[in-house]
Amino acid sequence: MKFRLDPQPLEWIDRSESVSFRFEGQTFSGFSGDSLTSALLAGGQKLLGRSFKYHRPRSVLSMANHDVNALFQSSDATNIRGDVTPVSEGVDLRACNVNGTLANDKDRYIGLLSRFLPVGFYYKTFHKPKKFFPYWERLIREKAGLGEINTSWSATRQPKRYGFSEVLVIGAGPSGMQAALSAAEAGADVVLVDENPRIGGSLDYQLANEEAAAKVRADLKSRISNNAKIRLMEAHYAAGWYTDHYVPLVGPEGITKMRAEQVIMATGVMEQPSVFRNNDLPGVMLASAAQRLIARYAVKPGQRAVVLCGNDEGYRAALDLIAAGVEVAAVVDLERVGKRGEWAKQVQAQGITVLDHSAIYEAQGKGALSAVVVAPFNGKGCDAGKSHVIPCDLLLMSVGWAPAAQMLYQAGAKLGYASQAEQILPRELPQGIHACGRLNGAFTLEQRLADGSRAAREALAQLRGEAVVSELTVHRDTQSHSHPWPIIGHPKGKNFLDIDEDLQLKDLINAAKEGFDNIELMKRFSTNGMGPSQGKHSNMNGIRVLASVTGKTIDETGSTTARPMFHPVPVSALAGRRFRPERLTPMHQWHLKHGARMMEAGQWQRPEFYAPSTAAGAVTAAQREQSIVQEVQAVRSGLGLIDVSTLGKIEVMGPDAGRLLDVVYTMKMSTIKIGMTRYALAVDDSGVIIDDGIVGRIAEDRFYVTATTSHAAAAFRTLSLKIQELGLNVRLANLTGSLAAMNLAGPASRKVLSALTDVDLSEESFPYLGMREGTLLGYPVRLIRVGFVGELGYEIHLPANAALEVWEKLMDVGSAHAIRPFGVEAQRVLRLEKGHIIVGQDTDGLTNPFEANMSWAVPLKSKPWFTGKPSLARLKNSCERRLIGFRLPQGFSPKSSSEMPKECHLIIQDGEISGRITSIAYSPSLGRIIGLAMVDLPLADANVPMQVKVDSGAFVAIEPCATPFYDADGARQTADLTEVA
Amino acid sequence: MKLLDCADIGKRPITEFDYLGEIRIPPSDADESTWADYVFNRNGAPGVLRERWYHRPTGRWFIFERDTLTDQIIGQVDASEVRYEEPHYEIPA
Repeated sequence: MKFRLDPQPLEWIDRSESVSFRFEGQTFSGFSGDSLTSALLAGGQKLLGRSFKYHRPRSVLSMANHDVNALFQSSDATNIRGDVTPVSEGVDLRACNVNGTLANDKDRYIGLLSRFLPVGFYYKTFHKPKKFFPYWERLIREKAGLGEINTSWSATRQPKRYGFSEVLVIGAGPSGMQAALSAAEAGADVVLVDENPRIGGSLDYQLANEEAAAKVRADLKSRISNNAKIRLMEAHYAAGWYTDHYVPLVGPEGITKMRAEQVIMATGVMEQPSVFRNNDLPGVMLASAAQRLIARYAVKPGQRAVVLCGNDEGYRAALDLIAAGVEVAAVVDLERVGKRGEWAKQVQAQGITVLDHSAIYEAQGKGALSAVVVAPFNGKGCDAGKSHVIPCDLLLMSVGWAPAAQMLYQAGAKLGYASQAEQILPRELPQGIHACGRLNGAFTLEQRLADGSRAAREALAQLRGEAVVSELTVHRDTQSHSHPWPIIGHPKGKNFLDIDEDLQLKDLINAAKEGFDNIELMKRFSTNGMGPSQGKHSNMNGIRVLASVTGKTIDETGSTTARPMFHPVPVSALAGRRFRPERLTPMHQWHLKHGARMMEAGQWQRPEFYAPSTAAGAVTAAQREQSIVQEVQAVRSGLGLIDVSTLGKIEVMGPDAGRLLDVVYTMKMSTIKIGMTRYALAVDDSGVIIDDGIVGRIAEDRFYVTATTSHAAAAFRTLSLKIQELGLNVRLANLTGSLAAMNLAGPASRKVLSALTDVDLSEESFPYLGMREGTLLGYPVRLIRVGFVGELGYEIHLPANAALEVWEKLMDVGSAHAIRPFGVEAQRVLRLEKGHIIVGQDTDGLTNPFEANMSWAVPLKSKPWFTGKPSLARLKNSCERRLIGFRLPQGFSPKSSSEMPKECHLIIQDGEISGRITSIAYSPSLGRIIGLAMVDLPLADANVPMQVKVDSGAFVAIEPCATPFYDADGARQTADLTEVA
Repeated sequence: MKLLDCADIGKRPITEFDYLGEIRIPPSDADESTWADYVFNRNGAPGVLRERWYHRPTGRWFIFERDTLTDQIIGQVDASEVRYEEPHYEIPA
């Protein structure tokens, strides 16, 4: 580690723990706490990457999470940001976007073609002729991509947390730390977040060697760590601002969604590069990058340096270089050195040459910086004739700052250019949003601390609902810290304005001249600011260039705004852990023990079918089919039991209960006799079917309503809405979770159940569609004679805690009749044999009851009102399609599954789509395939064979047939099998 | 608005609510165009609307006045203020 300095007072590295890793096949070692970039630089690796378009050699620019040309690739991650990612033992890294090796990138000569690749080149060159575009697109994508994705990735899921705070302070530099302390000391609950692993911000690198700063630093840090009202979140970045101060904080472990009442943005400023020829050579970096390298990682950024200054901070950086043992060949100041402050005097006192009214005209070097060409500068351009060369391997740029104001824009703040500061500053902040520190134009340490306190004071006043007059501008510096035009033209170009996208100065000028002279248009045409750093070091210079070309002010030119999230967020952090609560019925464990394969039904888990022979592991399609057939046969010939606990179960009580149900459901419910049930069909205002179930009457003023599994919550919501709208005297009890339910179905059901209950099950006292209350194994139960599966059957509704015992008892007693548990699939077949629809499967978002052959459920004449009535009255005679039953020929057996008609396959008549299969299954009871299809009229009434287009593209003929397919007169629903026979 | 400040249940995330929209009363014995207007058209002009919101965790309906321009809740309305009589519809002869 030949470029490692002696220990620095504030360094982040732990020299007791060394870490070794590989880069481009070579072994490097660093210390725990190093970033990938710092460890590589310490080991003498200066070349870190290649540029996006021209494959030029690149290295460090910012060390601030914006180094888009030092992106690395490991076996399982790509676009790893070397400047901020900590080294980890054994990691094997390569450079991104390299053809061959980093040192011998085969594409490095593309740069020589750059004059044939002007701005807008892609748009202009490749769109004609159109048929060649795919070829060009493939080539360009291959050449220009960033990194490779490992397609055999393994999913990682990170936790997602929810956080709350009264005051959220973003950025833990001096002003942010002070704001957090002031707020906390005034009693507020504060979260202080910083993207870096340690707090301190620029206090710890820019002012690392300042004696006056040392005291402030020690004081702030100890007070923060001792203040219980401050929750400190290091290594988390605020990725965006969302309505009502919702700020995602992204950390190494995942995302915390912070809901704050007040947000203080102390996000600071981003140092901006100067634009001159070859400003992208390795060795040319921002002054703050060198200061970070020295103070955080004890890495010597070069041997012999030139510092380009457009502000005081550059002189501070020059002093830091000297302290780190770097020879400073010269300081080049864009303006007059006499206007600089104390630091400039110290530099001059050390005998360093200061060349003022000068700029860097170009940087020179092959693969890395070896010299700079300095020329007189008049504020607009250089006098190249009077240039001279200074050999150096390091050039620091300290010419200005752009506010990290992305989240201010997102929050709706108004910002404007302050010409005194030569910086965009906040003008008007929305309620609950505050800005302080350098983001707000406060630059000296005293100003920054005072501004932090001020922001905290204003946040607290707003928090307490007190009136507050903002003193936003009080602590701003009167001196500028940015140069208005650090941009130097050069006839040979290569003066990069956006190093993400390899955009040169002339590209932006040409874009403006071609008419893309609006900041948003220019961005999109030139791609300025569209690379991985999203304009963090190109947007400000882009605005300056456009303003200059158009002769407008910076404010008139405007700024593009960064959408949230303005910094890349890993998808694993966004996704978080799967959080989808599941509801389980009381019999869930029993189902699993007995070979049930579970499926999702809304929030619920339900048995799809049972495969008892194969208790665990995968089930073949044939085994699945066989299980379903056996379950169907058990119900038809003996006995089956299905868990229907997932049904919506609502009790409706009160004098207006009947009126309510009359409004919500199509059929008249207020006339149901006590102890009887009626089919319940619900439509919306437009007459579309939304739910079905049954309504039973328990007492004069008490009803029991069931709804489909997926519509249970909506049914409750609709019922309560109508109560509110009409002011009805009704109470609802949602019993969906507290009651379980099961359906005992099959010819033997009466015999088996009668032995266990005190309810008289005889046909005379408990007829079809009846509902009775009684006890079963001593538990209170409600029994309902239902007909969904088309056999004699009883739905048993009972307390959830009794359900498993009753279920097991029924299975036990039923074993004499070969009882089988059956799942959702068998139930679907059973109901299909009866021609019963499933809402949402056989109906879609436009199906009305007439199309579903349920005009019997629409009493337009006898009921004055129900939801959707006027629509149905209108639709009654204008249906354009109808649900029909169909079957396939006996013995239909396709060669492959792609020849098999399936749900959603289309019916094609004379080349036109004329219908769609909604349900299809093999019917064990009929020994052939049957189904339902929604078919256009008049074809639906024509009773002719129809053609279904199957997956293979072939046509299969289906023949319409009447429904129910099975037991058309419903005899089996009302009697024992023996009575039928 | 991502937090809905309700006098009864406090500030809750709007993800806990289902939004029904502006209070609208089904017209009785409406002709076809009146009924179609009720079923299919909604008022999109910005302004203060009385809207129904359903809070799923408590199973309660609320009526809020909201300025749709600023997306701010202005007040809460008692259900009795906006009750309506059950409509009726006779099929035209």
